[in-house]
Amino acid sequence: MQRFAYERPSSLTDAIGLLIAEGEAARPLSGGTDLIIQLRDRSVTPRVVVDVKGVPELAPGIRLEGDRVVIGANTVMTDIAADETIRTRFTALAEAAIVVGSVQIRNRASLAGNICNASPAADTAPALLVYGAVVVVAGPDGTRPIPIDEWFVRPGVTTIRDGELVTSIELPLAGKPVASTHVRRTRRRGHDLASVTLAVAVSKDGPVTLSYGSVGPRPWVVTDASGILADPASSTEARAVALDRLFSSASPSPTSMRAGPEYRLAMLRVLGMRALETAQRRLGEAAA
Amino acid sequence: MIRFEVNGRDRSIEVAPHHTLLEVLRADLGLTGTKECCLVGECGACTLLVDGRSVDACLVLAAEMDGARITTVEGLARDGELSPLQRAFLDTSAAQCGFCIPGQLVSAQALLDRVPHPTRAEVEEGLAGNYCRCAGYEQIFEAVLAAAEAGPGGPARPMAPEVGDRSSTPDARVAPQ
Repeated sequence: MQRFAYERPSSLTDAIGLLIAEGEAARPLSGGTDLIIQLRDRSVTPRVVVDVKGVPELAPGIRLEGDRVVIGANTVMTDIAADETIRTRFTALAEAAIVVGSVQIRNRASLAGNICNASPAADTAPALLVYGAVVVVAGPDGTRPIPIDEWFVRPGVTTIRDGELVTSIELPLAGKPVASTHVRRTRRRGHDLASVTLAVAVSKDGPVTLSYGSVGPRPWVVTDASGILADPASSTEARAVALDRLFSSASPSPTSMRAGPEYRLAMLRVLGMRALETAQRRLGEAAA
Repeated sequence: MIRFEVNGRDRSIEVAPHHTLLEVLRADLGLTGTKECCLVGECGACTLLVDGRSVDACLVLAAEMDGARITTVEGLARDGELSPLQRAFLDTSAAQCGFCIPGQLVSAQALLDRVPHPTRAEVEEGLAGNYCRCAGYEQIFEAVLAAAEAGPGGPARPMAPEVGDRSSTPDARVAPQ
């Protein structure tokens, strides 16, 4: 592998200091399941790798803070999928975390790393989008919250600025019961990247929020304003039309090797319908 | 300089920042049971345990491991005796070419530590990050299920079957896609 220096700062100030001093030549390291591959194939060539696992402010952990759940930046997928609050209140995120990579990947890959890598196929992105998650970043001028919908720009690019680090991801707790689900399409069962990834959140009396990824340069979140999707009595045909309107931002790449654009768009509709049914069934079961 | 525990033994070693845990174990510590293969975290041949959790050693820098507790496939046997899981792999003829088996064993051990009596589906998911290019999955799954059934004490018959004895191997079934 190419040579680089390794630093493991033990404070947020030191970590940010390193990022500021090194600029483009520094790369933060959390779980490493993307970065080590990029270091090996030289798609990134940093002078220094900054291991952020020693920074207390980014420590793994999932905690309740007032009206939100706070997930530390270094929390790994295995722990997100196993957390009782996430499983019951943010089911789509638990379902997304448990399908990332393999057991070995989930034991290393962090939530912050998943969104910082900003793959359009990132499994956790649609779930975070339907819950209106907030990415908290710290930089030389203090911390600032970034709504997740303003986070993703295009593959590998987010709105984080030079010298900033994600410290946590916050999930607002809804005042009323919300049911949700995450579904995806892969070429094969088990360890694979998503050809389509999608999450839906529904609540009593609406609205229906839906997010989808792997069908364009970034994952999108949309809300059904028609009321058709929230209405359990609406026809399948009416739902299909309403869903198609929500999928208008989908622009799958014609050159991807995982699936062609026609297939992805067709599966988007199928998954959208299935996810909606699952979320509404869960909402009904929760109310019963 | 990092200090870590490898298979119960404290080790202090000078490591280059760009060397992975896989490279240090194989080249510097001579622990070649952990295999180098895809180097992108897909095949699982380099699976080992870090603080009890399975990880792909090709995706971990050795420098990250200061203070960690590592178990490689060499650490599964105790006092020169194969572990119950290893014996089950022999009994079901789970190894064909054998290259993936160290990773399969470590992943399976991590699964059994977490879920002592897994369903077949749990075994399949638990080993989804370990490829076998001989496609010997059926015998591997059988071995893990047999080890789980036998419990920590292991199978009643500690010897591997005689060469040519297929009595412990179930009829081949078509593995699900």
